[in-house]
Amino acid sequence: MKAEYVTFVDSYADKLPPSVLTEVKESIPSDLTKSELTKIMEAVVLSYNTAKINPGECVGLVSAESIGEPGTQMTLNTFHFAGVAEMNVTTGLPRIIEIFDARKDIKTPMMEIFLKEPHHTNIDKVKELATKIKETKLSELVSEYSLNIFDQLLKIKLSKELLENYDLSTKEIVKNFKTKTKGFEISFTDYEIVFTQKSTKPEEIKELYNLKEKIKDIKVRGVKNIKQVLPVKRGEEYIVLTSGTNLKEILVLPEVDPSRTFSNDIHEINEVFGIEAARQAIINEVYRVIEAQGLNIDIRHIMLVSDIMCATGTIKGITRYGVVKEKASVLARASFETPIKHLINAALEGEVDKLTSVVENVMINQPVPLGTGLPGLITKMK
Amino acid sequence: MAEVYLNSKFIGTVDNATHFIEEIKDFRRKGALSEEVNVYYNELSNEVYLNADGGRARRPLIIVREGKPLLTEKHLKQLEENEITWIDLIRQGVIEYLDAAEEENTLIAFNEEDLTPEYTHLEITKGSICGMATSLVPFGNYMPSQRLIIGSKNQKQALGFYASNYHLRMDMDSNILHYPHFPVVKTKIHDISDYDQHPSGQNMVVAVMCYDGYNMEDGVILGKASVERGLARSTYFRPVDAQELRYSGGLIDEISIPDKDVKGYRSEQDYRFLEEDGIIHPEAKVNEGDVIIGRTSPPRFLSSMDEYNLSAATRRESSVNLKHGESGVADFVVISENEEGNKLVQVRLREERTPEIGDKFTSRHGQKGVTGILVPPQDLPFSENGIVPDLIFTPHGVSSRMTVSHLIELIGGKVGALAGRFVDGTLFEGETEEALRKELLTLGFKEDGTEAFYDGRTGKKMLAKIYVGNMYYLRLRHMVANKMQSRARGPIQLLTRQPTEGKAKEGGLRLGEMEKDTFIAHGASLLLKERFDSDRTIVPICEQSGMMGFYDAQKNGKSVSPIHGDNSEMSNIEMSYAFKLLLDEIRTLGIYTQLNLKSKY
Repeated sequence: MKAEYVTFVDSYADKLPPSVLTEVKESIPSDLTKSELTKIMEAVVLSYNTAKINPGECVGLVSAESIGEPGTQMTLNTFHFAGVAEMNVTTGLPRIIEIFDARKDIKTPMMEIFLKEPHHTNIDKVKELATKIKETKLSELVSEYSLNIFDQLLKIKLSKELLENYDLSTKEIVKNFKTKTKGFEISFTDYEIVFTQKSTKPEEIKELYNLKEKIKDIKVRGVKNIKQVLPVKRGEEYIVLTSGTNLKEILVLPEVDPSRTFSNDIHEINEVFGIEAARQAIINEVYRVIEAQGLNIDIRHIMLVSDIMCATGTIKGITRYGVVKEKASVLARASFETPIKHLINAALEGEVDKLTSVVENVMINQPVPLGTGLPGLITKMK
Repeated sequence: MAEVYLNSKFIGTVDNATHFIEEIKDFRRKGALSEEVNVYYNELSNEVYLNADGGRARRPLIIVREGKPLLTEKHLKQLEENEITWIDLIRQGVIEYLDAAEEENTLIAFNEEDLTPEYTHLEITKGSICGMATSLVPFGNYMPSQRLIIGSKNQKQALGFYASNYHLRMDMDSNILHYPHFPVVKTKIHDISDYDQHPSGQNMVVAVMCYDGYNMEDGVILGKASVERGLARSTYFRPVDAQELRYSGGLIDEISIPDKDVKGYRSEQDYRFLEEDGIIHPEAKVNEGDVIIGRTSPPRFLSSMDEYNLSAATRRESSVNLKHGESGVADFVVISENEEGNKLVQVRLREERTPEIGDKFTSRHGQKGVTGILVPPQDLPFSENGIVPDLIFTPHGVSSRMTVSHLIELIGGKVGALAGRFVDGTLFEGETEEALRKELLTLGFKEDGTEAFYDGRTGKKMLAKIYVGNMYYLRLRHMVANKMQSRARGPIQLLTRQPTEGKAKEGGLRLGEMEKDTFIAHGASLLLKERFDSDRTIVPICEQSGMMGFYDAQKNGKSVSPIHGDNSEMSNIEMSYAFKLLLDEIRTLGIYTQLNLKSKY
């Protein structure tokens, strides 16, 4: 872009914010005439000014109503992937509630894993990665447990078919145990593992039983929490959908594209990428649900909610433990949920309610400081 | 070896389950076992269930043996000649009742022609998939099931002639339809259930057309002349009762005209309808506020001083009067006793209800509508024969709801009225639409049921041919007279000083939480304040302590602070009474609520 044009665009600095100016600079084509650029800049100023919101406009309530009303029309609460019974995704109102409440344990955690350049079009490579990351527990491979009380040993027979399917050998599996089976000696043949107790006190039969329960949960392969994998085609490339998330361990895999892979667990994103990513993740997740339902909600409403949730640097849900707790007014908090608790605490601390927001003013029947209730006199009356 | 359970309790095993079941069934049909015993064999779990307990829904079916129903022409003849009855058919093992479990082991034929040796039972009638009320809908097999259900529900709300001794009964909230008809388009169930003894609707001339939009969005238009001649007119009965309750200390209520020195005495005007016994005289026209049964109650609290008081403590007035918006004519008075042996007086008020705008009407096909206008006869459209419709129904109600039966009934009613006969519209067995159309043609009308109509206002012939015929219409019990209400100012609640709730208390309509939000979203905060001003109060506040003050009568009503007395500046502050109440309540908990004042300007 010509330097002359840059200075011209910069001359709008008093009318437009820097982020808009940068965006304009980046997106205008090079073969532009001066008059065309003037027109563009005028249009940008116009649309920027129409997008501005008046002082005293009640954006929060408008957002609440704009999300709440279409929410009543939402149907279909889960989405199922054909062929994979365990793979379903919570959508609709339950999912929205889940996100806005900032729940730690979401109903259906999942990831979309994108792969890097050479691998992403190769279906075999994708499938191989999928099986590699799927968490496999020992109990899935065992065909028979036998507890020999007399000899104080536990025998495990592994299914030959499954081992071949998973491309695992008994030797590899045994490697995983070492630390978790202290006090036992392990010997194995092709498809059989035998645990023998080192000390032979009679009361330690219980130990043997405990061991049996313990080794069932031992992970023999894959990434923790990845319960199910599903390679699917997305446009030109193949991606892996997973049920269960573990961003930390997936992102370090060499095949995975860390710039596109994401999880639907907001808290995990916050932990791995930080609060800004979490803010964007909330927007994306909510918007995805709304779009899937065929509803039309302006994204700025969702952005506002997301901003409020992330404003303190940690994710706070729209609950009485989250953002409502942050409200300055005692009366506003008391009018939401558990009023007695809030009143008692306010009394103990001698809290002062400055009556600066909506609910408390409605309660005492004073004008709400919004819209027509906002302006006041600047001149002192004598 | 199958396990056998009797009434869900294990009782033993049998070697040959199939044989065992056949034997049980045989015994039942022969009468050796009660006909109420049902048996069910679960092949998967190899278990036999014998059920003989209560609470099982059962239904009768004709038994089929080797592809032939056991019910023969001979039985039918005997039934017709009253030689045998239903119970005989069961005793003979021709018909048996099955419960839901035993049905699992059967194959039931819908038509007699379908029978093959595999079938075990035959439906008595195809209409047995529907119950009593649903079978009353004519041509029910020509409409979607949801509409059929709505249609059958609507009939339960219809005004009719519910009991011929209605004038001797003290029913709560009952209605009687004047001049009820037996439907021209009937079903077999109408005959079986003696519907002519308790009909609940009227045959009306219905035109399917629009009329200036007064029947849009499920409206109906009624002919004013028809209504004035008694169409769909009804009487509403409202009971009013009073009891002489007994209180501790041998005190008792008294039903009588209250003395003038009674606490809470109204005015003589209010008691003008009462006879010496304190009860209204029949045929008195009463309006809201009028006393119907005069009554006094003993004083509520007897203090120790009252015992020495010469004049017996004044009694309280506790008469029963008509609530807001109610009126009627005293129709019938009953004086009796209640379960405890106390005097019980019941008065029934009667009120004639002429159909008006807002009253609800429906056909039997779930096509309900609210009256939009009553049109004078000269303005109504008329046919070449001079026929004027009683009711105009909107055509837009049919397309989306697919109630074809509604349209068939219209033709059926027209044929029935013209031919002077009843038309059968029994579920699955009614007369066919084709036959009805042909008959209509022979009666000299257009086969499709349409006729040329003329606009009553202009006299011009209408471009469209109007679909017109006779239909059985029901007047539903939802009448505007019972529901209409308005309030500008009115009674308030004692505790919160907010307007009362509910029609009987002349209450307001609540502007709730979400409605409040819409005001805020529009930024109309001053309007919102005005709307919530109903419990506005002015409270004097002490500027030093932040406490609510009071008006001291000894100082000419000057407001004083409860803590600083005269020595503090008092300001009158406007707030909602509900908030003042909240502050008071918090203060009763021992919490010092302080209002810090600041100049508004």
